[in-house]
Amino acid sequence: MKETRHHDIPAPRPAARKNTPQPHPPLTRTSSITNRIVRLILRFPLHFVIIFICLLWLLPSLGIFISSFRPTYLVHQTGWWTAFLTPFEFTLQNYVHVLQTGNMGRSFINSLLIAVPATVIPIFIGAVAAYVFSWIKFPGRDLLFIFVVALLVVPLQMTLIPVLHIFNVLHLTGTFLGIWLAHSAYGLPFAIYLLRNFIDELPKSMFESAQLDGAGHLQIFLRLVLPTSVPALASLAIFQFMWVWNDLLVALIYLGGTPDVAPMTVTISHLVSSEGSGWEYLMAAAFISMLLPMIIFFTLQKYFVRGILSGSVKG
Amino acid sequence: MNLLQVILALIFMAGIPLFLVIYLLAAEKISAAGRVKKKRKSLLPWLWLGPAFLLIFVFLIYPLINTTVLSFMDAKSTHFVGLENYKFVFTNDSMLTALKNNLLWVVFFTLLTATIGLILAVLVDRVRYESVAKAIIFLPACISFVAAGVIWRFMYAYQPKGAVQIGTINAIITAIFPNFEPKAWLFNPLFNNWALIIVGIWIWTGFALVIFSASLKGIPPELLEAARIDGAGEFTIFFKIILPLMSQTITVVVTYFIINVLKIFDIVYVMTNGNLGTEVIANRMYKEMFTFQNFGHASAIAMFLLLAVIPVMVINIKKFRRERSD
Repeated sequence: MKETRHHDIPAPRPAARKNTPQPHPPLTRTSSITNRIVRLILRFPLHFVIIFICLLWLLPSLGIFISSFRPTYLVHQTGWWTAFLTPFEFTLQNYVHVLQTGNMGRSFINSLLIAVPATVIPIFIGAVAAYVFSWIKFPGRDLLFIFVVALLVVPLQMTLIPVLHIFNVLHLTGTFLGIWLAHSAYGLPFAIYLLRNFIDELPKSMFESAQLDGAGHLQIFLRLVLPTSVPALASLAIFQFMWVWNDLLVALIYLGGTPDVAPMTVTISHLVSSEGSGWEYLMAAAFISMLLPMIIFFTLQKYFVRGILSGSVKG
Repeated sequence: MNLLQVILALIFMAGIPLFLVIYLLAAEKISAAGRVKKKRKSLLPWLWLGPAFLLIFVFLIYPLINTTVLSFMDAKSTHFVGLENYKFVFTNDSMLTALKNNLLWVVFFTLLTATIGLILAVLVDRVRYESVAKAIIFLPACISFVAAGVIWRFMYAYQPKGAVQIGTINAIITAIFPNFEPKAWLFNPLFNNWALIIVGIWIWTGFALVIFSASLKGIPPELLEAARIDGAGEFTIFFKIILPLMSQTITVVVTYFIINVLKIFDIVYVMTNGNLGTEVIANRMYKEMFTFQNFGHASAIAMFLLLAVIPVMVINIKKFRRERSD
């Protein structure tokens, strides 16, 4: 991914390209207004296709968003698209219900309690390892790093049974400590890989002058490497946070069925399988779980996208 | 109880980095002392890599070895059974369904998602509201598969003919074709796998789009301009210039999809739990592990997933080596 690593998606592209990719050869400049109208008509199919696909992609989320505010009887009797016709009725009751009796409030806090430490720890440990791999020479360094690269694609499933055994022996099943450690370890190969690629390209002169000033490795790491790597650390943080927040499998296996520690993904999947819970509650619950990732996405889009671009090798 | 957990989390979050800094400092002092004694090779890198590799060893390397061993043992991991579990992987009925479905996922999900992503990348590149369009298509990629499962169960909701359809898909089709018999999309083995794959496409297209779009912007505009001046049509430009130049990125995205879709779990677990012919490998493993408590079967299934990604592993290593030598 070296070639795309430094692209920020939302960055403006060169001005010269702005108008070049027209599907048709430029028309002669007789009148700019007719010109524009003709262009608009010619480009209509393009806009139509893009807008149509965008609406198509938006439709499913819009459906549950609107439904989650509708009273029970309406959700089951009429389509969500009729919500703005008569009977025009909306309610917060579904949200109140899942937060109070559906264990979703508790689960929201659990999700946070799981995801935040499971993001901070691997990043810090990974940054130390990435620094060693980039700037300290030692025999076998490349081989060891290749090993980390190989671990990137190991399916999580390979680790579940032995780790569960270890957890059972140490009484870590159903505890936050266990899942923090597990998520930290699973996130490490990717953290090391992404951060090494970044730290490796920091200017050499920066390190040399620091060493001349008598700075030790720890000082260089804390005062130079960490502050200059903030963009990479941010991308990684968002990526890891989203991964843990949205994870179902790891939580399902290491936390078991205990509702006390269940994150939202586990609680919602239980709600789905218990026949009794109605659509309207499920939708409110799903929407609560989507809220934070969506906020992160819209506010930190730049870092998120950069993480994806450098991370498309993760398994 | 809750407060206690919050405090514990805070201690853990602040404690580990603090402890780590002390550890790093101690490691630096120790290796510095070592160097005075004319030891040429420093201990520092090994000590500093310690915490990372301790975690990697406990949670990745040891389990890899252990699972390999367990895959040759019986359900309770007490007796050696040879290749018995592997025989199960390739002959058991529901495993065969799972293997068939995973193949379906790998081929069609990957093909469709990458193709739609690529076409969209080229299309949105030509409009001014590009970033908005990309954000909309990408949105499903940042929510959980579980939430996506809930969303699409509602999309696919089914009522018998004549009743009001609250599921969007049945409603749209019956509105256009009044004689259409509403379908239980998730329960009919004719198309329920496709219904699940569509959910996957909805989630992942944004990923492909974002990566392809970045790669597309890396193509020098002069190149496309020159081709246009020479009279090349847009289709020619796409197939003769854009596609070859993006081939590397396309390979990366396709391999990424393949390794992830092999392990597809959440969508199936939440939407159908693998019933009615929708079983997939990872969901089957979960069942073997928890429902049937057969660790031999489950380990052999995990081994299959590992063996399937080994080619990707080799490619990654080769690619890394090439980059290193450049």
